[in-house]
Amino acid sequence: MEKFGFTLLKERHINYDANDRSIAEYIDSREPSFRLCIECGCCAATCTTGNYTHFSLRELQIFLKRGENDLVRENIKKCMLCGKCILVCPRGVNTRNVVMLAREAFQKNVKNAV
Amino acid sequence: MQFDPFVIPFNIGLYFILIYAVVRSVRWFTDLSRPDKLRLQRGFFGKAFGQSIKEIFMESLIHRKILKSNFRLGYMHMSLAFGWFLLILFGTIEADFFGEKHLNPPYKAIFFKFFNPDHGRYGFEAAYSFWMDLILAFILSGLLLAVIKRFSSGVVGMKKTTKLKPLDRIALTSLWLIFPSRLLAESFTSGAYGTGSFLTGPLGSALALFLPAQQMAYPFWWLYSLSLGTFFILLPLTRYMHIPTELFLIFARNSGISTGDQAGAFTEMQTYSCSSCGMCIDACQLNFSAGITSIQGAYLLKGIRNNENVSEIAFNCLMCGRCDFKCPVGIELTPIRMIRRRTGETEPVKTTIWKKYLPDRHGLAPAKANGKTSYSFLPREKPVKADVIYFAGCMTHLTPAIKNSMVKILDAAGVNFNFIDSSGGVCCGRPLMLAGQDREARELINFNSQLIWKSGAHTLVTSCPICYKVFRESYYLDVEVLHHSQYIKMLIDDGSLKLNFLRKKVAYHTPCDLGRGSGVYDEPKDVLSHVARLQKTNFEDENSLCCGGSLGNMKISFHDRNKIARDAAAELTRGNPDMLATSCPLCKKTLAAATGTHVADLAEIVAEAIAPSVSKKNINDPLIRIREPQRVI
Repeated sequence: MEKFGFTLLKERHINYDANDRSIAEYIDSREPSFRLCIECGCCAATCTTGNYTHFSLRELQIFLKRGENDLVRENIKKCMLCGKCILVCPRGVNTRNVVMLAREAFQKNVKNAV
Repeated sequence: MQFDPFVIPFNIGLYFILIYAVVRSVRWFTDLSRPDKLRLQRGFFGKAFGQSIKEIFMESLIHRKILKSNFRLGYMHMSLAFGWFLLILFGTIEADFFGEKHLNPPYKAIFFKFFNPDHGRYGFEAAYSFWMDLILAFILSGLLLAVIKRFSSGVVGMKKTTKLKPLDRIALTSLWLIFPSRLLAESFTSGAYGTGSFLTGPLGSALALFLPAQQMAYPFWWLYSLSLGTFFILLPLTRYMHIPTELFLIFARNSGISTGDQAGAFTEMQTYSCSSCGMCIDACQLNFSAGITSIQGAYLLKGIRNNENVSEIAFNCLMCGRCDFKCPVGIELTPIRMIRRRTGETEPVKTTIWKKYLPDRHGLAPAKANGKTSYSFLPREKPVKADVIYFAGCMTHLTPAIKNSMVKILDAAGVNFNFIDSSGGVCCGRPLMLAGQDREARELINFNSQLIWKSGAHTLVTSCPICYKVFRESYYLDVEVLHHSQYIKMLIDDGSLKLNFLRKKVAYHTPCDLGRGSGVYDEPKDVLSHVARLQKTNFEDENSLCCGGSLGNMKISFHDRNKIARDAAAELTRGNPDMLATSCPLCKKTLAAATGTHVADLAEIVAEAIAPSVSKKNINDPLIRIREPQRVI
């Protein structure tokens, strides 16, 4: 590759070949409205948890879809499932179920690994 | 004649089912927890006994609850249950008085006509036969309704009837065959001997005209006995298990046993007490608004009975509790659903037919524990001391008009209060419980409990029925928990809140968690009728609708939610009210999106009606003037 003096930052790489999109597919097959998200961030803006700590469902959805699951696995447990995000979502994403399914998928994955 | 081989199938079936009922009852009793056992013993030898007998007569035989809500369906159930009971009772008396001797084996009563074909010609005997024929006709009329219902449920006033498994079908067919075969067997015998009353007599003589009655009777007696035997043998595998189970359940319930939050013998009893009558399907808004017909209580219990994975069914429910109030057996469907939610997904178990007769106990998987706390980020806040604390709740923060109104009301009444979550508090934990995640919910409950304890308050006011329910049921607090409707009523009653009358027609929507969930029906209506003209709707109190926004349902799509909300809003605004009032922020938000009528929370209406204070003292007091701006009307 030619060296132009510019490089891509390592943390900006998205390697779809290496990433594991199984969690996203698991959610997608059970909750089709997962696909509708336009990443507007309404859910993150109204979030009860987001009031106390860094937690953004928008971010988590983006990471899930990219298959970068490590950050999601850590953060998804913080959600209190209070359901405000469903009410503000302009696209009608069933966000509570997305969170539930993500937790479920991670739990199942852990089981498989053991 | 004393005996004939055709009674053997009936005898086998009868003795089997009697022994089986005893075995199952003993097993249920041993499975009960120790305090529940004591309760049942005390109930059985106490006042509850009479109550239970009365309830068994009124509900299991007469089916009073179904009769009240749907006469034709109730008549169908009553004619089969009560009619059969009468037939057995008077058949036994008949065999005892008119038979060759007293104290006969049961088959002599059931097949009385076969053993005493010459009976019932004159006088009292004829009158008695008339009575027996009348009972048979009563049952047959109900059976006719049942057959029609299977093919077109609209006839008995039901929109949907339950779908059946193959075994249920066989049992159903054998049940259906019992009474027509009895009718034909008795008619042929009557035709041959020239006896019989108004039903069997004419039918018998008519049949005897072109058929050899003497020879035809015997096969039908066999059929009668066989269908009885088949029905009894199959009973434990099918929904007809509800007949013996319900008796046990009624005793247990009247002794004070309730579902609680653990699966156990009582849950199992309730599971088997469901007759799949379909009342819960008709009551369910997911059925009549959104067209989802596979998740109702009857199917949940059927799935549990068959060891299927019911997690999909368990999570697809609004948890509004309408079915709990409609269930004629009084099965606590919503608590059972909560238990299944906690269990989560289960592997479907394939069992043999022999195993089904004595199924494994419905145990619970141990709670999923992963050790780490999920909410370690929560800050340790230092609360402000106050007499009254106001907890708005997550949903109220989405509808700021409600919390602003509440602050205005509390200020106007001069209450020393602290708005505990004014900058957005922590969730109360009920949404997590509804999602079956009790361990996580417990963390939030502990956090909020500490906050409330430390504030030293004696009253906790909340604007959200979801929070109200969980504060009352799952928190261990020594404060009085009040919903804002109750608190406002208190303020009005003790005179600290002066209100004007608004010239408006208001229809009130009872939120599920406040009404059916917590039993608060009257206070919100009292407050509303204090400030506006309250309009009656078709869905009051226990029959109130769910707005569709419920956090109980994890699976329902946005589209279906909207359908439910629109239907509910259309029903509630049928009388063209100026305003649709509710006392739940979630209901307000959901209904407002579904109707053109102005939707307002009770607190908003009360805040609008607050009378400007006119006393001199108040006007001169600068503090009060800042707190309470004068309204120009």
